[in-house]
Amino acid sequence: MSTPDWRAEAAEREDEEERFAEPERLPSNLRRDQPLVPVDSVAGRALVVVIAILTFLAALSAGAALLTARASEQWRGAVANEMTIQVRPDPRRNIEADLARAVALARAVPSVAEVRAMPRAESDRLLEPWLGAGLDLIELPVPRLIVLRLNAAVANDLVAFSQTLRREVPSATLDDHRLWVRRLSTMANTIILAGVAIVMLVLAAAALAVAFATRGAMAGSRDSVEVLHLVGADDEFIAREFQNRFITLGLKGGGAGGLAAVVAIALLGWLSSAWSATPEADQLQAMFGAFEIGWSGYGVVVLVAIIVAAIAGLVSRVTVRHYLRAMS
Amino acid sequence: MVRFENVGLRYGMGPEVLKDINFSIAPRSFQYLTGPSGAGKTTLIRLVLMALKPTRGLVHLFGQDVSRLEAATLTDFRRKMGVVFQDFRLLDHLTVYENVALPLRVLGKEEAGYRAEVVELLRWVGLGERMHAVPSVLSGGEKQRAAIARALIARPQLLLADEPTGNVDPGLGRRLLRLFMELQTLGTAVVIATHDLALMEQYDAPRLVLADGHLHVDA
Repeated sequence: MSTPDWRAEAAEREDEEERFAEPERLPSNLRRDQPLVPVDSVAGRALVVVIAILTFLAALSAGAALLTARASEQWRGAVANEMTIQVRPDPRRNIEADLARAVALARAVPSVAEVRAMPRAESDRLLEPWLGAGLDLIELPVPRLIVLRLNAAVANDLVAFSQTLRREVPSATLDDHRLWVRRLSTMANTIILAGVAIVMLVLAAAALAVAFATRGAMAGSRDSVEVLHLVGADDEFIAREFQNRFITLGLKGGGAGGLAAVVAIALLGWLSSAWSATPEADQLQAMFGAFEIGWSGYGVVVLVAIIVAAIAGLVSRVTVRHYLRAMS
Repeated sequence: MVRFENVGLRYGMGPEVLKDINFSIAPRSFQYLTGPSGAGKTTLIRLVLMALKPTRGLVHLFGQDVSRLEAATLTDFRRKMGVVFQDFRLLDHLTVYENVALPLRVLGKEEAGYRAEVVELLRWVGLGERMHAVPSVLSGGEKQRAAIARALIARPQLLLADEPTGNVDPGLGRRLLRLFMELQTLGTAVVIATHDLALMEQYDAPRLVLADGHLHVDA
């Protein structure tokens, strides 16, 4: 089919319109590639805020889970392979002889790699935080400690060792740190699982918010969608237009929420370092380590924001395809 | 190109608004679709566009029974048709330029590739100075011209125009009619729905007359 003759007639027409004849001379303020689905609506802005809040919460939960995971890794590394024998002073017994006997018994156990009796001065120092420095503890019945480093490969003879120790040295008890570590680990794992569950719930909430917003946008754009169909757009094209719109909104919301989370975490880190001299901060630091999530932590926050944007795009696409199928 | 056989349409459980419609549109033909307001001209156009499904009868488009069409074929057929809606149906947030370029954009064409063509058509319909305006600031006549330009831009094989000269002055009306005639000679089948007798007298062509839900051909 050849070109209709409007070109020839157009050339004769109004001279003042000549300046539009060449494409490169189009008015500079002419908008030519606006999204087909209007982006800047009130509902769109509300959705950005909702996504930002959800991303912020998800990113904080992910950060907290990461922080706990790191701290629990530190505890496990530090104490999992360590046990302590505590020898209590008994006026009827010679504590030094008991100590030597306990050390000898411990050395005989195959799963104990290293035995170190803590000197009196060192165990006294452990009490300084509670009793203060400069006290003469010589008169106090302070227990003595023997630190055992375990051979990680074999650890099946410790129950028998504990019984032997109780029989041979009645004033000595074996403290198994692993039980404490297991309890702490369980707690840490619970926190991590809760964090991950919160992230999942928040992502599901974001998906639902986007699905409702998409349905709203589709209902509001029903006429436009029909026009697009009638001028030859297929469902794929229309779904892509909506998807692009919601990815844009998701990126805006996710970016804002992620940035707010990064700022909040950095601020908390700064505050915790500023308060590091206080006993409360020391205790928190002992439990959770330094309030630092590191580059990988910030990477996780950014990842959460990207996942939120991707979910926004995907959910809007599925919703639109579903809606279009129902329309046809 | 288009063939209707005993087509009927009713909305829900209501009475039939179109009854036993039989007609065909041949390639390169020119015909008017006329009848009083409310006779069902727009409804018939929507049936041809497959925006409505008939409740009975057979509709053949481009040689195929539309009741068995795949969605992709439906889209292909719509791309062969240009339509001017009576209420224009321009997208309010897009400029005139973007509205007119829409059929090319949905085909996935690059903007640089169709820019000159869109601008020339806009100049021809007298919207060269208004291409950056959004529909809400256009007059009725300008909206109509934009809607006509959008229907023509993809060079359809079949043009369906619903009251295309209803809001333009007689001079532009004549020019638009000349354009439709020219499109016909270049190979487009044209159907103009109108109740403007003066327009129909300017160019004699078969008339599909709708009245009381029935259609008869007045050659």
